[in-house]
Amino acid sequence: MLTLLLILIPFISSGLFFLIGKNIARPLAIVCSIIELVLALFVLNNYMSGHHDMLQMNLAWISSPGINFHIGIDGISMLMVLLTTILMPLIVYGSFNRNFENASTLYGLMFLMQGSIIGSFLAMDGFLFYLFWEIALIPIYFIILVWGGENRQKITFKFFLYTLFGSLFMLVALIYVYLQTPERSFDIQALYQAGRQMGLTEQAWVMSAIFLAFAIKMPIVPFHTWQPATYYTAPTPGVMMLSGVMSKMATYGMIRWILPMVPDAIQEYGYILIIISVISIIYASLISIVQKDFKYLIAFASIAHMGLIAAGIVAANTQSLQGSLIEMLSHGINTIGLFFVYDIIVLRTGTSEMKKLGGIRGIDSSFAFLFFIIVLSVVALPFTNGFVGEFLLIVGLFQSQPIAASFAGLSIILGVVYMFRSFQAMMLGETNSLTANLPRLNVQEKTILIIVVAMIITFGVYPKMILSITEESIKSLLQGIQ
Amino acid sequence: MEQLVKLVPLFPLISFAIIGLLNRKLTKIHAAIFACTGVLLSFVDSIMIFIAQLNHGPVEVKIFDWIVAGDFSASLTFLCDHLSSIFLLVITGVGFLIHIFSVGYMMEDDGFRRFFAYLNLFIFFMLLLVLGNNFLVMFIGWEGVGFCSFMLIGFWFKEEANNNAAKKAFVMNRVGDLGFLIAMCLIFVAFGTLDFTKLFSGGLLASTSVSNEMMTIITLCLFVGAMGKSAQIPLYTWLPDAMAGPTPVSALIHAATMVTAGIYMVARTNFMFNMTPATLEFVAIIGALTALLGASIGLFQNDIKKVLAYSTVSQLGLMFLALGLGAYSAAVFHVVTHAFFKALLFLGSGSVIHSMGGEQDIRKMGGLKKHMPVTYMTFLIGTIAISGIPPLAGFFSKDQILAAAFEHNKLLFVLGMIVSLMTAFYMFRLLFLTFHGSFRGTHEQEHHLHESPFTMTFPLIVLAIFSVIAGFIGFPHALGEQMGIHNWFDDFLKTSVSSVHTEAHLSTELTMMGITTALILIVIFIARSIYVGKGAIPEDEKVERKGLQKLIYNKYYVDELYNALFTRPVDKLSAFFQNFMDNKIVDGIVNGLGKTTTKGGSYVRILQSGNINAYAILFILAITLLFLIILF
Amino acid sequence: MQEVISGIPLVNYIYISAALFGIGALGVMVRRNAIVLFMCIELMLNAVNLLLVAFSSYLGDTSGQVFVFFIMAVAAAEVAVGLAILIMIYRNANTTDTEVLNQLKW
Repeated sequence: MLTLLLILIPFISSGLFFLIGKNIARPLAIVCSIIELVLALFVLNNYMSGHHDMLQMNLAWISSPGINFHIGIDGISMLMVLLTTILMPLIVYGSFNRNFENASTLYGLMFLMQGSIIGSFLAMDGFLFYLFWEIALIPIYFIILVWGGENRQKITFKFFLYTLFGSLFMLVALIYVYLQTPERSFDIQALYQAGRQMGLTEQAWVMSAIFLAFAIKMPIVPFHTWQPATYYTAPTPGVMMLSGVMSKMATYGMIRWILPMVPDAIQEYGYILIIISVISIIYASLISIVQKDFKYLIAFASIAHMGLIAAGIVAANTQSLQGSLIEMLSHGINTIGLFFVYDIIVLRTGTSEMKKLGGIRGIDSSFAFLFFIIVLSVVALPFTNGFVGEFLLIVGLFQSQPIAASFAGLSIILGVVYMFRSFQAMMLGETNSLTANLPRLNVQEKTILIIVVAMIITFGVYPKMILSITEESIKSLLQGIQ
Repeated sequence: MEQLVKLVPLFPLISFAIIGLLNRKLTKIHAAIFACTGVLLSFVDSIMIFIAQLNHGPVEVKIFDWIVAGDFSASLTFLCDHLSSIFLLVITGVGFLIHIFSVGYMMEDDGFRRFFAYLNLFIFFMLLLVLGNNFLVMFIGWEGVGFCSFMLIGFWFKEEANNNAAKKAFVMNRVGDLGFLIAMCLIFVAFGTLDFTKLFSGGLLASTSVSNEMMTIITLCLFVGAMGKSAQIPLYTWLPDAMAGPTPVSALIHAATMVTAGIYMVARTNFMFNMTPATLEFVAIIGALTALLGASIGLFQNDIKKVLAYSTVSQLGLMFLALGLGAYSAAVFHVVTHAFFKALLFLGSGSVIHSMGGEQDIRKMGGLKKHMPVTYMTFLIGTIAISGIPPLAGFFSKDQILAAAFEHNKLLFVLGMIVSLMTAFYMFRLLFLTFHGSFRGTHEQEHHLHESPFTMTFPLIVLAIFSVIAGFIGFPHALGEQMGIHNWFDDFLKTSVSSVHTEAHLSTELTMMGITTALILIVIFIARSIYVGKGAIPEDEKVERKGLQKLIYNKYYVDELYNALFTRPVDKLSAFFQNFMDNKIVDGIVNGLGKTTTKGGSYVRILQSGNINAYAILFILAITLLFLIILF
Repeated sequence: MQEVISGIPLVNYIYISAALFGIGALGVMVRRNAIVLFMCIELMLNAVNLLLVAFSSYLGDTSGQVFVFFIMAVAAAEVAVGLAILIMIYRNANTTDTEVLNQLKW
């Protein structure tokens, strides 16, 4: 019941926004997102105290092809739900510094997206997962199309088509596995059973098809070319949803729908995926170095981090999986922080071209300081959440692919190069005509950045609270594979 | 005892938090008081720990579990043994003095509070580094001090050059850190734990079945980490650039403490290094080469801080030489004495720069002796100490290293000798050019010359005293046995590091000391005759230098080499990826697919001409075809 | 009547309706005047009618002739509607040339 509420509340809130006037859109959005957060924390409490049975739900739905409305929560989905619900109030609050036209529609679409993303995290039925996966695409398409920047028609079209193209392969693969189930069921356990009984070649094909869908969504090289332009043109709340939350659907999907379904293929051919991911890390990091625009830089840095997460998941051991989950959380928090910093700068100066900025630290040192903490987390300095994730990922990856892990480790050097370059260009040095009269942060902006920074440090110093959420689930997941 | 250990890093952290949070609400004086008290308390604490340690084994203090994932666990645990208690004393003691000095030095600066906040944070991370009971906690401190170093090198962030220097330092450190990270992965894979106590005193290392090659790779990777932090070939070029920071920072971070972290790390893991003679040999060679390189570049530098920076590079090289020879306690001993006299020299140079109004070029100084007597006297003591003239501190520690080299490898010994002669030369050159002769700066500067305030001279005096007496804690073995003084330092460290005893004969040792001292005195005499007797002043930048001198003056063109080898190729590669690979190839394929589909559609649509006759022809042809297929 | 029809061998009927149908089909394919097209279509329809009648008579099954009446009725309706459309087209476009009337594409 609780899990159903988790999905329903965003959908209901989304519906509300199409009914109400725009005057109360902002307070309503905040309230709705906080209600959802409180509910998620309540569910977390239930989960941690061991009431797992309350969190499962299995209703007959379309019975003839064996599709059930089966949702449930384990530690992994719990963390993902937490990520979504924690970020949502921040994203909503962050959007208040701009006056969006038809704000209530925007919030309606955002909550629709949240609902379907949470749905995909909770779905325990292959068909249901696919359904939520696709529904989530529709609101973000409209968010970018309506509120986006220049050239948005072309870019959103490409984005939509690209992701849809990938999903098609996933659907085909899921149906293929479904056809192998003895009782024709889309239930997750049935699919796992059927998937594991397939031969190695079949498993490999299924793995590649599903991985393609996820690789496009994350994205990793070479399936990433929709991403930078889409991030660039998307409005800030949209891009926050897209990179902070939506990209995690793909990495979560890898853990939920690839690892346990085709373990033999991962065992046998996983190294290919790891190599692709590691190439993705280095390639994207290198490209980040030459970016002139801060938003493009965040976009490419994001590709690099997602590559590391993907590699860690494929390595499939406790450290790498724990690392990937922590890294998903921290990537979500960090990108929200970075995009918010971007938004603040663009609102004040009208440009995000880094060379044109400079000297902001001299004007507003607290802004620079908060920004720098986020930068440190991106480059994985110890005591930030970024480090915990990246370290566990590299240690985990090292156990299965030492060489690849060493190359992945190069990202800690390249990361410093591009992040520090951008920080230096924007924040340090002398002020110029653009930045000389920069207004200082207002309360709203400061609050958001402080929350982000507080999370970065809390999760970095005491990651155990996050690690303990997922510990059990990962253990049972790995047992299932072996 | 456990409480004491917990408190050591806590004090600077608290004062950092207070200064950082209140910032502008504090007056400068209050900020200074908070900062200094924080470090002072920690220093007192360290002394108490040290006293307790005198007859006490290692203490392990667990704070909380940090990262636990499956069979990997790393808790925030402190280990306090003899080795770390020595480092605690140096860090907090020298750190405290430098804090005091900074109060006077930075008084006029706008970022006064910020400066002390970073200094305190630095002390905190440095303490974490030496207290950590596993590699990961050490790594926290390791990266943390790197971060503070970044903030402090780029302290005056309006100057692009400072920012570039800071970034360069951080990136180069990160290169080393990657080595450290890989070493940690390897150690975890090989031993299943990162805990020092489990590895070393727990006997895990002794009973291991890990192959020798594996151990060699592990230790090499660790050493790469040490190279980055302790500025060894090939990762040393950041240290001279790091002089862009305020002088107290150079004294604290880039001379006395942070750069010695690499030595601490190797000393801490000495059991591993002992198992791999190949790595040790490599360490010794790198150390000797770095020492030579640093000293030779120091000969021709004209910036007072750059001379000291290259001198630090060279001294760190000597320490690694000692480590490579297995003389761990000698290396740590040199760390201690070096901390005193190098901090003294840096602070002295700070005092000079302060008085000169920011001028750092020794060609524009001279004759400062009479204006700044205290600074001169203390600087002189520091110079004598670093040159290795008995009975000052530098003599004892350097002598131990040279003795160890003499035992193992005569070539390394000769290199070490040359380095100490060069050191004596460039240090006295610096001293003579700065303090002797007549003033060469502008009239305005001369008018401004003054002795520094008490907050600045006090640390100088204390450090000078220690530079004189600190050497006696490590009295040479052979000589000591004769005179009934035993080498206290070696004995004290015995519990932490395995000592490879160097049993030099008394006569050899005495001869060596005599020869060394005599040679050094001769070198000093030469320097004096050149720079005081003839009053020679180094040529201007623009003068074309020739041959070897040109090579050395331009620092062997290493920076240029790195630019050509790494920086530019990476930039080129990135641009290539961005402009060609990404836009043309990868995205080209994606867009190409789209375009092909569109194109294909446009070909097919030609059939749809709108002409009824054409449709009829098609229709009939198709029907006929169908009939034919069915019939045959 | 029966004798008259069956006096001629069946194969001749097939030949003539095939020929008529062929002429009609060829006309539809090559002629450009819409009215002529119509006439050609009628020709094809009548070829089929003729064949239906012939077979019906030879097999003694009248349902074939019932079909013919249906076809004639539909053809008449079709001509009425079709010619009306053609007149409207002619009024608008001033031509009944199918080369010109090719707007309905893509």
